[in-house]
Amino acid sequence: MAKEYETVIGLEVHVELATKTKIFCGCSTAFGAGPNTQTCPVCTGMPGSLPVLNKQVLEYAIAVGLATNCDITRYAKFDRKNYFYPDNPQNYQISQLYLPICRNGSVEIETKDGGVKSVGIHEIHMEEDAGKLIHDEWEDCSLVDYNRSGVPLIEIVSEPDMRSAEEVIAYLEKLRLIIQYLGASDCKLQEGSMRADVNLSVREVGAREFGTRTEMKNLNSFKAISRAIAGETERQTDLIESGEKVIQETRRWDDTRGESYAMRSKEDAQDYRYFPDPDLVPIVVSDEMLADIRSRQPEFRSEKMKRYKEEYDIPDYDIEIITGSKRMADLFEETMAICRQPKKVSNWLMGETLRLMKEKEVEVEDLRFSPENLAKLIALTDSRAINSSVAKEVFEVMFDTNVDPEQYVEEKGLKTVNDEGALKKTVEEVIAANPQSVEDYHNGKEKAVGFLVGQTMKAMKGKADPAMVNRLLKELL
Amino acid sequence: MSITDMTAVELAAAIRAGTTTSVEAAEAMLDRIEKLDKTYNCYVTVDREKTLAQAKEVQSKIEAGELDGPLAGVPVAIKDNMCTEGMLTTCSSKILGNFVPMYTAEAVLNLQRAGAVILGKTNMDEFAMGSTTETSAYGVTKNPWNTDHVPGGSSGGSAAAVAANECFYALGSDTGGSIRQPASYCGTVGMKPTYGTVSRYGLIAYGSSLDQIGPLTRDVTDCAAVLEAIASYDVKDSTSIERHDTDFMSALKDDVQGMRIGIPRDYFGDGLDGEVKDAVLKAADGLEKKGAVVEQFDLSLTEYAIPAYYTIAAAEASSNLERFDGIKYGYRTEDYAGLHNMYKKTRSEGFGQEVKRRIMLGSFVLSSGYYDAYYLKALRVKALIKKAFDDAFSKYDVILGPVAPTTAPKLGSSLADPIKMYLGDIYTIAVNLAGLPAISLPCGADKNGLPIGLQLIGDCFQEKRLIQTAYTYEQIRGPFPMAVKEVG
Repeated sequence: MAKEYETVIGLEVHVELATKTKIFCGCSTAFGAGPNTQTCPVCTGMPGSLPVLNKQVLEYAIAVGLATNCDITRYAKFDRKNYFYPDNPQNYQISQLYLPICRNGSVEIETKDGGVKSVGIHEIHMEEDAGKLIHDEWEDCSLVDYNRSGVPLIEIVSEPDMRSAEEVIAYLEKLRLIIQYLGASDCKLQEGSMRADVNLSVREVGAREFGTRTEMKNLNSFKAISRAIAGETERQTDLIESGEKVIQETRRWDDTRGESYAMRSKEDAQDYRYFPDPDLVPIVVSDEMLADIRSRQPEFRSEKMKRYKEEYDIPDYDIEIITGSKRMADLFEETMAICRQPKKVSNWLMGETLRLMKEKEVEVEDLRFSPENLAKLIALTDSRAINSSVAKEVFEVMFDTNVDPEQYVEEKGLKTVNDEGALKKTVEEVIAANPQSVEDYHNGKEKAVGFLVGQTMKAMKGKADPAMVNRLLKELL
Repeated sequence: MSITDMTAVELAAAIRAGTTTSVEAAEAMLDRIEKLDKTYNCYVTVDREKTLAQAKEVQSKIEAGELDGPLAGVPVAIKDNMCTEGMLTTCSSKILGNFVPMYTAEAVLNLQRAGAVILGKTNMDEFAMGSTTETSAYGVTKNPWNTDHVPGGSSGGSAAAVAANECFYALGSDTGGSIRQPASYCGTVGMKPTYGTVSRYGLIAYGSSLDQIGPLTRDVTDCAAVLEAIASYDVKDSTSIERHDTDFMSALKDDVQGMRIGIPRDYFGDGLDGEVKDAVLKAADGLEKKGAVVEQFDLSLTEYAIPAYYTIAAAEASSNLERFDGIKYGYRTEDYAGLHNMYKKTRSEGFGQEVKRRIMLGSFVLSSGYYDAYYLKALRVKALIKKAFDDAFSKYDVILGPVAPTTAPKLGSSLADPIKMYLGDIYTIAVNLAGLPAISLPCGADKNGLPIGLQLIGDCFQEKRLIQTAYTYEQIRGPFPMAVKEVG
């Protein structure tokens, strides 16, 4: 009988924090500036420079810790991780090993069968990102850009509590949502503001000991993570089945080829010679600071869902989708604050917004239209200044360029024609031009009106109020 | 009296009074450096034009009434491990042989705000690792009292420049005695302040948890004035401390009535030279006659300070010096095959023997499997040493002892036996481990005419007690002779 195996997975998740300045100096963290323009003596490792902790980094780390049920370390320290590489200007990374800021947390995820499972968080620590190396093949040289050097990161290390790719994705989505709700990061896997390394081992079902694990790097999407987990599970199972040993090593996932290859084994592992950074004083988290951060924690998803249900008359499904991302919930609430029409706002988000996101492959974080403009659009339809098909047309432009709908409707002359005289004239022309339909109508074919309404709208270039067209047609017929 | 023989405070007063100018003083000093430094080699870098341009600017500010402090217009020498914008800063190492910083160290900026004029950068042991200034990549500095002897180290260039009147005062840095010991060997005053008093921003780190910048001066008055100018709370240095008691010149009082002075028996045992011992105890007698209460006591743990210090300082240094890799600045080897070979060759060629020794020692004590046995144990010893001092300061205001076991050794006699050289730091390094302030000042000379230093150690933030005691002792002792009387 074939043996049954189970996969044991733990994650190391790096999250780039959304601070304006770097972790140990005042340089900007903004993305996309010219090489080495956002640097100073500190983040380029100049002799004599010294790091000073950005308090916002500590506050974000504690906030994430509180939201994931961690114990906050009241006396924490930074340690130096020593290794030579040109993207690391000091040749040591300032990180936390001995006294990380958060420990012993957990998050709850939903399992396939609809149950709830708790995934343990071993620790969360703060550290600095490295610079970026650019290899110039043409000139046969390497260049380094230190703009990213010193950008703040937190690393969230889970316990080996996950057993499948689904659980891993559920855990990551849960983490992402918590962190986005906190505003601590936008958590984009593709852009690297959230990066997950997968520690995986395989063992026989019922075994007490863990198998030998590998660490998988370079996973840039949920899909890649799922594929890598499947691939690595198979690779390790095959090894065990054929009586070979799994080697403890770091592997790099190649998503286009759908396979991984070994980067370095445990034997080549460097000795990082960690020790407390003497340039940074120990972090003492006071009761006041902790209480202050606690009091500023936002409303998280489950609380929001409950409140929406109580306050707004919108379907449960809509609530689930809207609260499923911080950006969507913000758009909903901010638009609501202006126009006070939950149902209409929700309809726009659930309908056209989701449709266009899918069609145009836009991520929720990249939505451009503002709550102000959505509220204006709703007001335009409420006042019947534009009809619903024009509104959809305007919304699509808003979706692309966040145009002011009032201005756009005015400029393009899209306002519904409410001048009865002008409309009457068009209706008369349509009746004159379609004798067959008129006859059909008189013969009791109600459908013929629909055709005539359509012809009138077409002649009016869609700008007529359909209700008025209907009324006029019936009068004139 | 020649203008170059004046103390810093005397010169500033003369400039304020209009009897001389900053430019005149700078020119006189630059001329003297030109004549003498071939012999003593106190400086790595002197830039005549920059110095004179600064002096002119400072002089006009003094005349406009914008600068009137006790150091305004006075030329200063800076140890070559403090960054100076636009001026070579080498740490006396080949690896930084071409390094021109883009910013100035906070302590030096503080001096410039007080109207200092930088004469140049002084020689030192490479990366401040050494006790003789012989590990410099730019030649040894010679003791102005006797050129066959070392000036001490690592701030040997600064101490010798003060002793030879090649500057009016100097800045040094002290990680395990690097200000106090050369001050003692060269017959000058040198002070290591409480850790956190002077910003380390721009000081190229050796042992970050122990490093502290301080003055080297001709007398205690200058020492108080310079310390007052450089002490500041700096948000750029996380270990900087906000203090509101840095008016150190107010402590220049000739009075030790009732001052409780403790003499640690541990500092007067085997290894202490008889002449040094006699001179130091004679100084204690003098203070007792002036009303101080002098008493002997057991400090304990003295013998553990040296291993603890060399473990902690080397560990920090091994990491601090990783940034010197040939990538971003400084020396890079000519020929190499790939990245790791470049690192290896650059660092092998760029660092000297003593620096390599300490990098290896530090890397070893931090490596996995040895961390607890060495580094953590050293930190525990450090905490115990601090406690021993806390106990002592519950009974005494000031601890009095020698600075070094002997007077300045002969050139070339120290590096061959590094352990012996390390043991020479026995009276100074516990002060750094405990973060305490201490001052060194001349209290006599041996039979060969080499100066002997007296060390006064205070509790944290008690610099004023040290300055007051040192100033009082200076009145008892009278003027100390000059090392170089005539310039031929």
